[in-house]
Amino acid sequence: MKPFTFSKSDKISKALSGKNDTVHFLAGGTNMVDLMKKNLASPDALIDVTSVLSDKIERQDNGIRIGAVVRNSTLGKHELILSKFPLIAKSVLAGASPQIRNMASTAGNLLQRTRCPYFYDTSTPCNKRKPGTGCSAWNGNQRMSAIVGYNEQCVAVHPSDLCVALVALDATVNVMDKKLKPVRIPFDMFHRLPGNTPELDNNLPANAIITSIDIPDNSFHRHYAYVKLRDRDSYAFALVSVAAALQIEDGRIKAARLASGGVAHKPWRWHQAEQFLVGKEATTANFSAAADLVSKEVAPLAGNAFKKVMLRGAVETALQNCLTA
Amino acid sequence: MDGRNLYSRRFFLKTAGFFSALAAIPSSVKSLYYDARRLIIPAKQKSKLNLIINKTSHKLEVDTRTTLLDLLREDLHLTGTKKGCDHGQCGACTVHINGERQLSCLTLAVTLPGKEVTTIEGLANGEELHPMQAAFIECDGFQCGYCTPGQIMSAIGCVNEGHTGSVAEIKEFMSGNLCRCGAYNGIVESIQKVAHETVHI
Repeated sequence: MKPFTFSKSDKISKALSGKNDTVHFLAGGTNMVDLMKKNLASPDALIDVTSVLSDKIERQDNGIRIGAVVRNSTLGKHELILSKFPLIAKSVLAGASPQIRNMASTAGNLLQRTRCPYFYDTSTPCNKRKPGTGCSAWNGNQRMSAIVGYNEQCVAVHPSDLCVALVALDATVNVMDKKLKPVRIPFDMFHRLPGNTPELDNNLPANAIITSIDIPDNSFHRHYAYVKLRDRDSYAFALVSVAAALQIEDGRIKAARLASGGVAHKPWRWHQAEQFLVGKEATTANFSAAADLVSKEVAPLAGNAFKKVMLRGAVETALQNCLTA
Repeated sequence: MDGRNLYSRRFFLKTAGFFSALAAIPSSVKSLYYDARRLIIPAKQKSKLNLIINKTSHKLEVDTRTTLLDLLREDLHLTGTKKGCDHGQCGACTVHINGERQLSCLTLAVTLPGKEVTTIEGLANGEELHPMQAAFIECDGFQCGYCTPGQIMSAIGCVNEGHTGSVAEIKEFMSGNLCRCGAYNGIVESIQKVAHETVHI
């Protein structure tokens, strides 16, 4: 690890004025410290921002606001989350381990890097780690790779579970830029597809900081599910995951949300299937048809065709599970 | 008389000069090396810390890069906390920070002032073992013992958080601790035993 100076900020303005490309913010450290150990991040300085950002979950007029350094474990057990937005708790508890959830922050969860094995293996080319070197996964092991939204420059996926629920529930990311100007970014616009700049994971302005996440009120607290399929029962990243939430009135679906993790460079919303479900009866046949629509949208790579079948099943199961949640 | 002029005055001056130049080289090479190194390799950044570990206050000066795990093992010689993967994947380094189970390998020591750390060494009360330590012995919660300190610290967290409702719940909330000997059944039993006793005390 490269030597760095360490400081703990007591004001957000101070933290932002000290930030530049070679200075990184530190919150829970569960990803940053690991990246530094592997020389994938080598900042000259770290600024501990745990005291300048909110660690509170607050009720607002039309939703809730989750502070940037609310820890994952808090999200998993907070009364307001469990009663109004249980999908958030369900997804966050499907990720990492209890120890890591006790450390990891909400904003850090959004900013974590991919777990593509080639990104971590510095002896192989990787456009995300070193732009222009090529993508090793394109002709390599694709078990953890994308099945939608990728290109030959990068087939990495975003590893978060929490973000899948946040994109499904139409969250907004509150950011403060370097000039202390607040910026609001719709969650669906926060993460990026690889395009020609696979080294960029998201649209956070340069040297800005995430201050909180807003989730608008909804009626998805009764029928929801998070299905995560992975190589072991717990403590592994998703091969595919599905967040599903339904608003059902008199047996008919009034609103639907469907999103997936482990399939793309960003948490992926299945808008077509959502629209299909609206107005339909909550039946197995309709769930199956929605799953077909999802599976039509994906184009797996040579090495991960199994993910298409797996995803179809996960979508159907998640929608089914909504009825028993 | 052959060889009478073998060692001339000129020869003496030349060789003496050569050797004294040779003697001067190491110090100049050394300083050149240090100058170059300072240019290429940034200097270590040290930080003075006051940490509370197992209810004892420690005044330390550490490299900013030091993790809590390395600080415990290398600086304080508290080697009960184990280094498994050093990347947050195995749970062997689990300690309590402010009473909550966290990973010492991903915690930078410089972030700790103002927080209290408890390691496996801080559990027993004198000769009297912590109930979880006693349960691990009674229920055969280990074989080789390497993951055990992390397992015990995590198990205490699991009980304190109230995730002991079923075997499935215990397994889910202990999934951050790997045991290559496969002592999982004994570990789950130990946790059930302590949870049961805690409820009934």
